[in-house]
Amino acid sequence: MLIFEQSKAGRYAPAQSPLDKADISAIPAQFRRRRSAALPEVSEMQAVRHYTRLSRKNFSIDTQFYPLGSCTMKYNPRACNSLASLPGLLSRHPEAPESHSQGFMACLYELQEMLREVTGMRAVSLSPAAGAQGEFAGVAMIRAYHEARGDSARCEILVPDAAHGTNPASAVMCGYQVREIPTGPDGDVDLEALKAVVGPHTAGIMLTNPSTLGVFDRNIEAIAKTVHQAGGLLYYDGANLNAILGKVRPGTMGFDVIHMNLHKTFSTPHGGGGPGAGPVGVSERLVPYLPVPMVTREGDEYRWLTERECPESIGRLTAFAGNAGVLLRAYIYARMLGREGMPRVAEFSTLNANYMLKRLQALGFQAAYPQRRATHEFIITLKKQAKELGVNTMDFAKRLLDYGFHAPTTYFPLLVPECLLIEPTETEDMATLDGFIDAMGRILEEATQEPGLVKGAPHTLPVKRLDDVKAARELDLAWQQRDAG
Amino acid sequence: MPFIPHTEQEVQEMLAAIGVGSLDDLFEEIPASLRLSQLDAIPTALSEMEIGHLMGKRAQQDGQPVCFLGAGAYDHHIPAAVWQITGRGEYYTAYTPYQAEASQGTLQLLYEYQSMMVALTGMDVSNASLYDGASALAEAVLMAVRANRKSKSKRILMPRTVHPAYRRVVHNIVKNQQVELVELPFDPQGGHTDPAVLEQYRGEDFAALVIPQPNFFGVLEEVDALTDWAHANGALAIGVVNPLSLALLSPPGEWGGQGADICCGEGQPLGAPLASGGPYFGFLCCQQAHVRQMPGRIIGRTQDLDGKVGYTLTLQAREQHIRRSKATSNICTNQGLMVTAATIHMALLGSEGLERAAAASYANTRALVEALSAIPGVAPLFDRPAFHERVLRLPAPAAGVLRSLAAHNVLGGLDLSRDYPELGEAILVCATEQRTAEEIAAYAEKLARVIQLQGGVTCGLVPKE
Repeated sequence: MLIFEQSKAGRYAPAQSPLDKADISAIPAQFRRRRSAALPEVSEMQAVRHYTRLSRKNFSIDTQFYPLGSCTMKYNPRACNSLASLPGLLSRHPEAPESHSQGFMACLYELQEMLREVTGMRAVSLSPAAGAQGEFAGVAMIRAYHEARGDSARCEILVPDAAHGTNPASAVMCGYQVREIPTGPDGDVDLEALKAVVGPHTAGIMLTNPSTLGVFDRNIEAIAKTVHQAGGLLYYDGANLNAILGKVRPGTMGFDVIHMNLHKTFSTPHGGGGPGAGPVGVSERLVPYLPVPMVTREGDEYRWLTERECPESIGRLTAFAGNAGVLLRAYIYARMLGREGMPRVAEFSTLNANYMLKRLQALGFQAAYPQRRATHEFIITLKKQAKELGVNTMDFAKRLLDYGFHAPTTYFPLLVPECLLIEPTETEDMATLDGFIDAMGRILEEATQEPGLVKGAPHTLPVKRLDDVKAARELDLAWQQRDAG
Repeated sequence: MPFIPHTEQEVQEMLAAIGVGSLDDLFEEIPASLRLSQLDAIPTALSEMEIGHLMGKRAQQDGQPVCFLGAGAYDHHIPAAVWQITGRGEYYTAYTPYQAEASQGTLQLLYEYQSMMVALTGMDVSNASLYDGASALAEAVLMAVRANRKSKSKRILMPRTVHPAYRRVVHNIVKNQQVELVELPFDPQGGHTDPAVLEQYRGEDFAALVIPQPNFFGVLEEVDALTDWAHANGALAIGVVNPLSLALLSPPGEWGGQGADICCGEGQPLGAPLASGGPYFGFLCCQQAHVRQMPGRIIGRTQDLDGKVGYTLTLQAREQHIRRSKATSNICTNQGLMVTAATIHMALLGSEGLERAAAASYANTRALVEALSAIPGVAPLFDRPAFHERVLRLPAPAAGVLRSLAAHNVLGGLDLSRDYPELGEAILVCATEQRTAEEIAAYAEKLARVIQLQGGVTCGLVPKE
């Protein structure tokens, strides 16, 4: 039942707003609202009960294992939330003067420095609000760099066919054309195909390494050399940074610009779809173009760097300093990991992924790249099961929900048919991994013996499979008063 | 090991199952030349207790000055229930609701959010949020360029009364797509965009006119006349509104003869703490005809196999994970958790509560302006009706005055000299419903003293015309 359907005219929660209704008659009628907005009219307890009950219809990391490839659904430490929510931090106005911001700015400055160190980049700006905005910032910097050099013929960004959808979309938002580079049979970028298309029109290439195929591109140095020799720059999509944290630095691989997803690698919550944070790091030549604001230190004092101090910056991308509260959570997490904890993130997420792959293979599941070492994630393809049993990847995914596991990423990357992209993260224990593997084994048996059970899944959740076609054809995007009747 | 549950025995069992000798062997495919050995610049790990001490100190260090700053972020009361429920792990640690059956809580909540935004704005549809108000305006501008089929132009009329940071963000996001922003001057007496200034553009091709309500100065714009002008000239009307103000003010869906086509804004006043500027959320609403040009996630109501009502992400063919380079935007993540808070906030307050909070903010700002204007040389700069912010002219340099006030634990407002040098020594002030009569009186007293100390009216500063 919707909150609107619990509404009764004239009811509200009087403790939640000023007791006196101030006089607004001095606002001329032409500017005023004629009818009150039709918001729900409920008591405080009704609202609390309704939204508490709704929450129980969600899967979440706190209640379920989420082996979602390329999403890094690791445990979100509670301390990060409670410490970032200290009253002094929550009440700080974004335009508060530097004199009243030194504690906050110290956290941002130290986070910039830690991210710089662990990525091997020359400088970091924390301001992009999410991964996709970090991508936009990164490509905009590439563009600003070429334009500042008068190198205006560079109109193309190269993107491997396994890339996240945000990569080509971000390139287009920066006014570039996109050209896809094929993947070779072993999962690495097809180097010969790359060599054939780079040239004076190449602005840059956007890469995820390890790629979304769950393998580390062994030719990365050759790719970097090829693109750099053609005058292009290398962009690192940090979605899979968890796989190499503290083990390899994008800066060492030759990347010029990188975005990080703090809501993945640095364990800030996904919040049902955001907020994220997408800081960017750059090599020497892109430093002048970093988005503002940033924090610098002069003596013992922290100062803002804004458009004034950074005239060549691509500017700001949100009104203030990006998702500051997310940055604080990532800072707290990074300090608790410390220098010794960072490489462990890569090691144990890789251990978990390889263990799962090995055991799933033993159950008869087919790895997409069996000859390769898995990174922090891996792909299995259910092509065989789909063909022989008529049970496809989506059916497996939905049936997993019945077993209490969130489904892995399905049908991505696009170039592997009937695929599941599985990423366990380092924070899951062996028993949980075994539980998931056992469930996969049982679903495989079900698919053989009772395929209808799998094809009709889920059976135990608040709703069965939803009619997406109806949702798109008969758009119902908001509750209307008439629905009540 | 923080946040890693493995015992030594499990590690050995897992390595044996994989068939490798050590954790390091798992990285054998990475060329040795790339491997990292040290992270010297990163401090060693802190326990929860130690980081707790550090953060406690830092939070305290910044003090909690009394806030008369607004300028796009407002210090409103947030009911205790809002973040206690929003902080539940089932919301806080959930993923994007791509697996609809396992995400009905978030999906139904987002559908309720969309419904509430539709009720508040008077528009037909709402998306499930964007990053913040400024980036939402950038997306609205790009959306208008796509949606306006009458116009071949990529030119947008942008009043200077739109928040300066928003104008910068829009420029930074749209410039690489050759969208041109044409600035409209404001009326120096009223602080609003006089519809008469648009006459010079009559007959020219524009994709859209941006209409802020209230505008950056807190002043109310002639939204009906501006909306009608846009429509008469083949442009779409994009409203940029403060959602709390809509409890009192005419909703964009009712502006002029046909209503605005798109409206957007900063959702922070609906339950997000100030928190240094984020996370907040941007909202974006539009008329039904433009829904397929809307960026960001949208939730639809549908049915399951048994005919039971359920909720799901819909119109995904607009989005990057399906359309890639042909998507309406590159946006992927939105601000789901902030929208969770906003939905609970709106449910708790209802329109009655929102009206009371908005009216109290309006009244407090009037009281503040009255108290401060009693100081010789201090006066409101614009004479038109305003919501809960006002521009005040000071008889002494604004930057110095605000610094002195901050030293007395008062955030006295925003110095406008950087973005509006023509206003002279002027500040933008705001008093939300949270400011008390005592705080307002104390501010006035401190301001009088500071101005006196700085030479007051005798310094002879006259605003540049």
